[in-house]
Amino acid sequence: MSAQKKFVKFFSQYAVVIIFVMITVAAIPPSGLSIKYILQEIITRLGRNSFLVLALLLPIYAGMGLNFGMTLGAMAGQVGLIFAVNFGISNWHGLLFALLVGLPISVFLGWICGLVMNRAKGREMVTGYILAFFINGIYQFFVMYMLGSVIPMGNRAIVLSRGYGIRNTLNLESVRQSLDNILVLRVGGYAVPVVTFIIIALLCIFIVWFKKTKLGQDMRAVGQDMVVAEAAGIPVEKTRIIAIIISTVLACAGQIIFLQNMGNLATYNAHDQTGFFAVAAILVGGASVTHASIANVFIGVTLLHSMFVVSPLAGQKLFGSAMIGEYFRQFIGYGVIALSLVLYAWRTRKAAADARLGLRGGTNGSTKVSAVKNGANGAAGNGGQA
Amino acid sequence: MANGSPLLSIQHVSKDFYGNVVLHDVSFDLREGEILGLVGENGAGKTTLMRILFGMPVIAETGGFQGSVIIGGSEVHFSSPFDALDAGLGMVHQEFSLIPGFTTTENIVLNRESMRPSILNDVFGDRMSILLRDKMRERAEKAIGKLGIELDPDMLVSEMPVGHKQFTEIAREIDREQTRILILDEPTAVLTESEAEVLLQTLKRLASEGIAIIFISHRLQEVLAIANRIVVLRDGHVVKDTPNEHVSMRDIASWMVGRSLGETGARSEGRKFSDIALKVHHLWVDMPGETVRDVSFDVHKGEIFGIGGLAGQGKLGIPNGIMGLFPAGGEVILEGNTVPLNAPAKALAMGMGFVSEDRRGVGLLLDESLEWNIAFTAMQVHRQYLKKVLGGLFSQRDERAMEDLCKEYVSLLDIKCTSTKQKAKELSGGNQQKICLAKAFAIKPSLLFVSEPTRGIDVGAKKLVLDTLHHYNRDFGTTIVMVSSELEELRSICDRIAIVDEGRIAGILPPTADISEFGLLMSGAAMEAVNA
Repeated sequence: MSAQKKFVKFFSQYAVVIIFVMITVAAIPPSGLSIKYILQEIITRLGRNSFLVLALLLPIYAGMGLNFGMTLGAMAGQVGLIFAVNFGISNWHGLLFALLVGLPISVFLGWICGLVMNRAKGREMVTGYILAFFINGIYQFFVMYMLGSVIPMGNRAIVLSRGYGIRNTLNLESVRQSLDNILVLRVGGYAVPVVTFIIIALLCIFIVWFKKTKLGQDMRAVGQDMVVAEAAGIPVEKTRIIAIIISTVLACAGQIIFLQNMGNLATYNAHDQTGFFAVAAILVGGASVTHASIANVFIGVTLLHSMFVVSPLAGQKLFGSAMIGEYFRQFIGYGVIALSLVLYAWRTRKAAADARLGLRGGTNGSTKVSAVKNGANGAAGNGGQA
Repeated sequence: MANGSPLLSIQHVSKDFYGNVVLHDVSFDLREGEILGLVGENGAGKTTLMRILFGMPVIAETGGFQGSVIIGGSEVHFSSPFDALDAGLGMVHQEFSLIPGFTTTENIVLNRESMRPSILNDVFGDRMSILLRDKMRERAEKAIGKLGIELDPDMLVSEMPVGHKQFTEIAREIDREQTRILILDEPTAVLTESEAEVLLQTLKRLASEGIAIIFISHRLQEVLAIANRIVVLRDGHVVKDTPNEHVSMRDIASWMVGRSLGETGARSEGRKFSDIALKVHHLWVDMPGETVRDVSFDVHKGEIFGIGGLAGQGKLGIPNGIMGLFPAGGEVILEGNTVPLNAPAKALAMGMGFVSEDRRGVGLLLDESLEWNIAFTAMQVHRQYLKKVLGGLFSQRDERAMEDLCKEYVSLLDIKCTSTKQKAKELSGGNQQKICLAKAFAIKPSLLFVSEPTRGIDVGAKKLVLDTLHHYNRDFGTTIVMVSSELEELRSICDRIAIVDEGRIAGILPPTADISEFGLLMSGAAMEAVNA
């Protein structure tokens, strides 16, 4: 491989990361923010978001792409929090209660999501995206009409004045940062929410351990070739459903961690962009539709959020309007997803074209032996048909 | 080494798919340590026989089979391939079934990994067990050792040379301790000569350890080199079951392709042609399942050029590649002009027509009228059957002209239909094929590719289709390149016949050549091209 080819390959692999680092670094001086402030923000946001982004890993291993369906788990977590506030359970007990309520709901929703995705193999991403819209409708109905009417709500403060339905914004004061504040370590002027990071570390250890299990191995096999896995006796559909259920459950827990840090819940749209921001983060971290690692998660959250921190102020300074920075958030977030998908499609096509080159050694194809050999490689490259 | 009672015995097995008999009273035995070479043309019934052996669900779904399969003295009834694996049958497929991102070891022990229970087993079941990578590796090394070859247990399959993939598959079957019978379907098809040689040695070694092997291959020299016994299937019958003694390749080839009843006379007019219509130079085509690797040939003006060969060897890829339907490369020259590849519209505009083997997919607009179907390509390519509206601002279909055209072909080709407005999907297969031909004729091609023109149509329609091609060739001088799996059909109409084998032209023969010559070419016998 020539140096130029190597460079092209490297760039196409890490294009998103490289572009992101350049934009963010360029935006720091005009924002006028101190490095110390930015670092503290990043620490806070790592604690807030990492768990949600880690929830994306298993479906990627199982070959189901980026799980936009994780929004379902986020909704389950919100339902749990609404009940925790309703019953007035405060502190980390409230979070645990919310998790216990959210868990069965997220398992059920994950199972539904898995069933639907098994009927839409190869189109999991768009299916998950649309499914999230659909379940959102059910969530809205449940929260807006059922709560307070069919299901009595003891805490009238969170119910709309008409007597049923939950208020637009829910104050989570009772559980606010209850996880983060169990133990806060202060080093060199930075505040580190230790317990939150311990939980995130435990999840990372679980993921590493999970990859060593039989189920983890099966998930990798299914992710790479469903037909071969099926032929070897691996229950493909069941494995895929399990991957989605775990992802949905993790998203439920992730959303609870996210919201306790934020301290309030926009009842009807807090989950709208959960999937979108998580996906953008993991892609910014260098993951693709088929490959992702724990490192991608942390790199991604760091980069995406440092940009989120600096862009509104940079926008204010450069264009005289913070809205421009706001606009950039959205624009860059979606742009990153689009760019990653395009690059992925481009790489897949390029790999197919490269395999085609091997159909025959060179254009002269005169020597039989070498031609057969190269041809055989080509055939293996596009094998699996017939 | 072949002695004792048979390990596997197939007795009087017959199978039909909705009245279409594919296996008829097939019987043979396989003994411990014996290598049985199973040969036969496409459609001879090899695949169906293997499906029966492995208890593929498709057999039960289509009404089961007659006769019995006996393994180790007792009759077996498999309801799924996994039962067959448990009973000691192992299969190595023609297409690799390996996970590309897994190592050799991971693939060899796929879904049979060594593991130990973890604390979560009680709650979530066995799949939470931890893999024991050392043990898996040990097992893989043992299986590889049995094969007597060098194979890196930690190499990723995606980075392996193709031969190693084949060995990995065999090692996977060997790792299964109960495997006593190994079936290999065209295992050498993708290997280089030296790799194939190693594979054959490996198989002999396995046989000497008592494993019985069924070796399916179209490369007859390989069958001759390792088989103890050879069984030839033809049209669902066992036509020969003979020990591998005093048997020549020519014998097997003629058993394989020879038609016992009524050798339809190969026509030999010995027509002479001088001008070259089509020159194909080092063509490759990436058509899934029909890969063309390196093909060069010339077609003379006014001749009918036949392309034959076994399925999957690439004969279908040639017309599909030249017409731009699949990614292709190389050089194609039509009457002195280079044909741009990967551009169907340009290929059509240059005067080449194509009747696809995929009648319902590529050939027809199933939900449209016959008029549309016949005029469609001409409309697109030559802008015929269109009339200008508003002084040429835009154009509209000329329904009248289309109807006239359709009526002309309906009577010319004797197409059975209720009206020219009938939908294409309502016609029978034979009549649909005639519509496809009419569509190609309507653009008045100077060179016509016809791919499997008689596949799936009845005898009467077959004759009519062939007669039509003959008529167009003789009366309008249309050069025809006909691709077909039916050798007899090619011999009855073509002036020269090229046989494609493994993506290359194995040789070009006159239709009058001996049938065993064709058989030999299909069997991968190295041979100089014989020009008619």
